Amino acid sequence: MATMLAQQLLNALSLGSIYALFALGFTLVFGILGVINLSHGGLFMLGAYAALFFLEAHWPAWIALPTAILVTGLIGLLIDLLILKRLRRQQAPHLMPMIATIGTTILMTSLAQGLFGAESRHFPLSFFDNASLTLGSLTLPYAQVVIILIAFGTMIVMGWLLKKTRLGIALQAIAESPRAAALLGIPVERLFHLTSFLAAILGGIAGILVGLSFNAISPFMGQPMLHKGIAAIILGGLGDMRGAVLGGLFLGFAEVLAVTYLSSEYRDAFSFGLLFLVLLWRPQGLFGATHVRSA
Amino acid sequence: MLMMCLSLGVLPVHAADPVRIGVAEALTGPASQYGIPILNGFLLAADEINSAGGINGQKLLLITEDERGKKEEAINVFKKLIFQEKVLLIFGPTLSNSMFAAGPIANAAHVVAFGTSNTATGITDIGPYLFRSSPMESDVVPATLKAVGAHIPLRRVGIIYGNDDAFTKSGYDVFKSSLQQQQVAIADTETYARGDVDFKAQLTKLKAAQVDAIICPCLAEEGANILIQARAMGLSAPFIGGNGFNSPALIDNAKSAAEGTWVGSPWFDGNAAAENQHFLRAYRQKFHSDPNQFSAQSYDALMMVAQTIKKITFTPQLDKNRELLRAALPMVSFVGATGPFSFRPAPPHQGKPGGYDAHQTPFVYVVRQGKFTLVR
Repeated sequence: MATMLAQQLLNALSLGSIYALFALGFTLVFGILGVINLSHGGLFMLGAYAALFFLEAHWPAWIALPTAILVTGLIGLLIDLLILKRLRRQQAPHLMPMIATIGTTILMTSLAQGLFGAESRHFPLSFFDNASLTLGSLTLPYAQVVIILIAFGTMIVMGWLLKKTRLGIALQAIAESPRAAALLGIPVERLFHLTSFLAAILGGIAGILVGLSFNAISPFMGQPMLHKGIAAIILGGLGDMRGAVLGGLFLGFAEVLAVTYLSSEYRDAFSFGLLFLVLLWRPQGLFGATHVRSA
Repeated sequence: MLMMCLSLGVLPVHAADPVRIGVAEALTGPASQYGIPILNGFLLAADEINSAGGINGQKLLLITEDERGKKEEAINVFKKLIFQEKVLLIFGPTLSNSMFAAGPIANAAHVVAFGTSNTATGITDIGPYLFRSSPMESDVVPATLKAVGAHIPLRRVGIIYGNDDAFTKSGYDVFKSSLQQQQVAIADTETYARGDVDFKAQLTKLKAAQVDAIICPCLAEEGANILIQARAMGLSAPFIGGNGFNSPALIDNAKSAAEGTWVGSPWFDGNAAAENQHFLRAYRQKFHSDPNQFSAQSYDALMMVAQTIKKITFTPQLDKNRELLRAALPMVSFVGATGPFSFRPAPPHQGKPGGYDAHQTPFVYVVRQGKFTLVR
């Protein structure tokens, strides 16, 4: 029984770390650009397909995977340049970028479906297949270990970038007030582009990790992940990095523990019910601050 | 109008006239993924019959109509085939739903409606003119469990299935009742939602339940994922799949994780019997693609009908000929691409006589060295 619990906690950690990584990019855009970018699920899917494309072209994994991540980042940048930037310039209301990015997602999904087919695909790699580490009575599939390490590694690097570097401080200033940041001489528009790029990179990494470990790349993989991502960032507090990570982990643990102690039949009812209760108690999310600014 | 059509049906039929067979299948729309392979099976069979000189000197003429996988369309097409085209019998429609709508029309007009792809229960309750060559899942699953039970101990099993999908849910229902009938204990039942990719939490519970086998009425794609994750976490119990596992995609995706997985199906492409080998060769030659279960079933259906017609002495009256065919068809004893086949009368429904279901032993196979291998 204790073994099963330990195994389930490990399952929760790996599932939660993927949700967290996905939610981190998602919340980054909201925190700094102030928009909900619903194409984040599309970028997640795109990352996996870009990696599949390069791997099937027989590129070695150490070139193929970083290139795929870069490509995803560039697509994220492109979405910012072509769509979000225009909407910013016209000071479009919040709903506009949401609708526009839904459109981008539909476009990306249809393109992936047209180019790669609707059936689910898998990477032509076998180094994770069935392999696992045994620790006592605990089985640690390598895929799970790799997910946890890469997800947390990426999150730590992002945390450092945003808290400790001049860039991060500039981004925080923008998050506080883009106009004030611009007055201080911060190149706001350029940093918006950079944020979209970084967020897409995070989405792409999450997509590749899911592809690598679950062997399921499909044009529709972004949608369920987007739902979890939205839940995670609302739970953590919109725009808060720590909140997104903890929200993602919370969701992963809630789901796995619901399966363990309740029934898989009620998994989503349980985890979203819990989310509902947390929001009743803290409507702004775990880390969300109710912004009160005085002039 | 109806009376007029019926009275026209009494016109004499000359010996040299072709035997008119109606084919009503979904040739456009989503159900065409089944309807087109079905039509191909009929076309191949008709070709072979006609090039061998037809049936007792009469050529076979297929009158094909697209019922688009829709009930209303199936009704229209059935009326057209029965009253205008004056066919001897109708094959189709593709979906069980459409057969529930159109079958009663054929039954009332005393024309055989012969489904080759309808697996829902209740189809043959429509009446004595209803025939089908497709075994129900409730026939395939118990036979699969019995065959597996002869090879491995099957006392406690676990189940994992998608509870938000009609196909996997109905597969689960059939497995559950068959397991109860065969007194196999269900130690743990796990579910997942469409779009899930991580099944480890459910599999960890199944592993802890220490079962003899895991029942997985899943589609091949998610099934492959479940197999890979199960093997990676050291869950070694064999898997038993439903109709969804009956796909090369399972082995392609799961690779070595698919080893030892059991599947039951009415057709087996690796079946070395001469009838099946002939069918495979001829199909590939004519269509330049691989056949599937649906084309094998329709090919066999037309072949067994031709065999039956051969034994009938037709009268000049279509109505009588239709009755003669209906009376002769239940006696079919046939070996085709899907193996030995006969009909089983459906029990009377609400005091009215029923039609005829498929009586066929399904193929049960297991994945050995990356290939589906017959175990029967």
